[in-house]
Amino acid sequence: MKLRANLVIGGALFALAILVGLLAPWLAHTDPVLDANLMNAEEPPSWTWWFGTDGQGRDIYSRVVYGARISLTVGIVSQLINSVIGVALGLSAGYFGGWWDDVVNALTNLMLAIPSLIFALAIMAVLGPGLTSLLIALGLTNWSFTCRIARASALSLRSQGYVQAATVLGYGDFRIMFTQLLPNMLGPLIVIGTLGMGSAVLSEAALSFLGLGVRPPFPSWGSMLSEARDQITTAPWLSVFPGLAIFLTVLGLNLLGDGLRDSLDPQSRSRRT
Amino acid sequence: MTAAPLLEVEDLRIDLDDGARRVAAAEGVSFRISRGETFGLVGESGCGKSITALSLIGLLRPPLSIGSGVIRFEGREIQHLSAAAQRDLRGNRIAMIFQEPMTALNPVSPVGRQIAEMFVLHKGKSWREANQLAVEALASVRVPAPERRVHDYPHQLSGGMRQRVMIAIALACGPDLLIADEPTTALDVTVQAEIIELMRNLCAERGTAILMISHDLGLVANVCRRVAVMYAGRIVEERGSADIFRAPAHPYTQGLVDSLPRLGSRAALGRTRLKEIAGVVPAITSFPDGCRFNPRCAQASDICRTNAPTADFLEAGGLVRCHHHA
Repeated sequence: MKLRANLVIGGALFALAILVGLLAPWLAHTDPVLDANLMNAEEPPSWTWWFGTDGQGRDIYSRVVYGARISLTVGIVSQLINSVIGVALGLSAGYFGGWWDDVVNALTNLMLAIPSLIFALAIMAVLGPGLTSLLIALGLTNWSFTCRIARASALSLRSQGYVQAATVLGYGDFRIMFTQLLPNMLGPLIVIGTLGMGSAVLSEAALSFLGLGVRPPFPSWGSMLSEARDQITTAPWLSVFPGLAIFLTVLGLNLLGDGLRDSLDPQSRSRRT
Repeated sequence: MTAAPLLEVEDLRIDLDDGARRVAAAEGVSFRISRGETFGLVGESGCGKSITALSLIGLLRPPLSIGSGVIRFEGREIQHLSAAAQRDLRGNRIAMIFQEPMTALNPVSPVGRQIAEMFVLHKGKSWREANQLAVEALASVRVPAPERRVHDYPHQLSGGMRQRVMIAIALACGPDLLIADEPTTALDVTVQAEIIELMRNLCAERGTAILMISHDLGLVANVCRRVAVMYAGRIVEERGSADIFRAPAHPYTQGLVDSLPRLGSRAALGRTRLKEIAGVVPAITSFPDGCRFNPRCAQASDICRTNAPTADFLEAGGLVRCHHHA
């Protein structure tokens, strides 16, 4: 398989973000929360303070490094929840059809009609801020695309010869769904999952920016942006670096998603050869 | 006959519900298959042979449904069994192989796993044992180097190899009846012969009965001891396969036999045109009254246009549905 530029760059950016998150304790220069020193407040970027310091004298570089943990956890876990819900609903709806399909369709349309961020906000308002409620809120609000794709794939795969053959050979419904349908629709699901992770990182930033995400003093890229808003003219490095981190991670995930789509799509694969 | 036949179909009618009305896609279909017997069902496209097979394994889907009639497997009526009971029968006691070996295998699963799944599903084996049995099953259909081939994906195999894998899957659980729906249509003629030979030998060894469905009268006569010819949803003639070639009783069968090119016939008969049956099969919604073959039949008379012929049982065994059969 020829490696595509978007696959490589996207994969590298995403891998870098994951590595930074995993290795945060070793990469960070100072503790992101405790090492505040007002004597060093609002230092611009320098050799000592790579990304500068904030109003409490905390090292922005260390906070961005630790922030990766939260952003990626939210991105990955909430998208996993979305994928599981979306696949379970979409796959069963496409396979069984009938009234269950109608119910799932109605539910999907409902979810698509409500802006997911507003819905997530409402859930957060009920559950209160914090990482767990963030995961739940984002995990429950973005499954509609996955569901649509799983349903459409199940519908088209259901009439494939091997699915009918499996029926004839006495496979039960669940066995058919898990051994015949799911593996054959994995490609598009991985793509939509990767892209969804990018948008979950953005949603986390947005919710944290609105003060509903991770609570200060713990660093998340969105909450850092939120805190930096007032000093954007006097200390722009406070917003530039977390913003750049969000940008690169989401860019990486989107490129990775596109690259995966190109290489997992059998039609584009045969076009190339 | 002392023991009950393995499969007994009695007066089966299959309805096609097109929303406004019900029409019979097949009716009055009756036949029996004994243990280890080979039985062929022949007819043109749309004559109802494939839906008859699907009805046997409970897989008719709307708009098709069983209208009336009885299907007995080992003396037990199976047309009203629960979904779970039918599922248990399928693949385990009644297996089926399909026309398209290209699409009947799951493309993302190694073939060994697909064979092994049958043992896990129907025989309650562990995956370890099942994988071992899969290698043996692959060896039994004469796939070379089966212990390596089990790891191959379907796209790595040729059409003939895939059909062998299908046979291995179908025969994995030692079924009593194998339904083969046009099993070799998609294959080369040479491969076709090998596959047929393999299927026949394996089934003979294991005492598995074969219900073979095809439009190829020559092929069916070669494999099967008895043949039923279907036309427009009805069985028009059922005979021993040697008899049907030698002395076809129904005009339609006669037409089918005449339309087969014969090797060496030119030397005997001189240069002649191959005969054809004039006209086309009527649409399911507009079957003619009386004998359904009458618009295409050279011998058709008034009675053929009004009365459907009943079955005449022949002395030599078998039956024919034709007013003009003496």
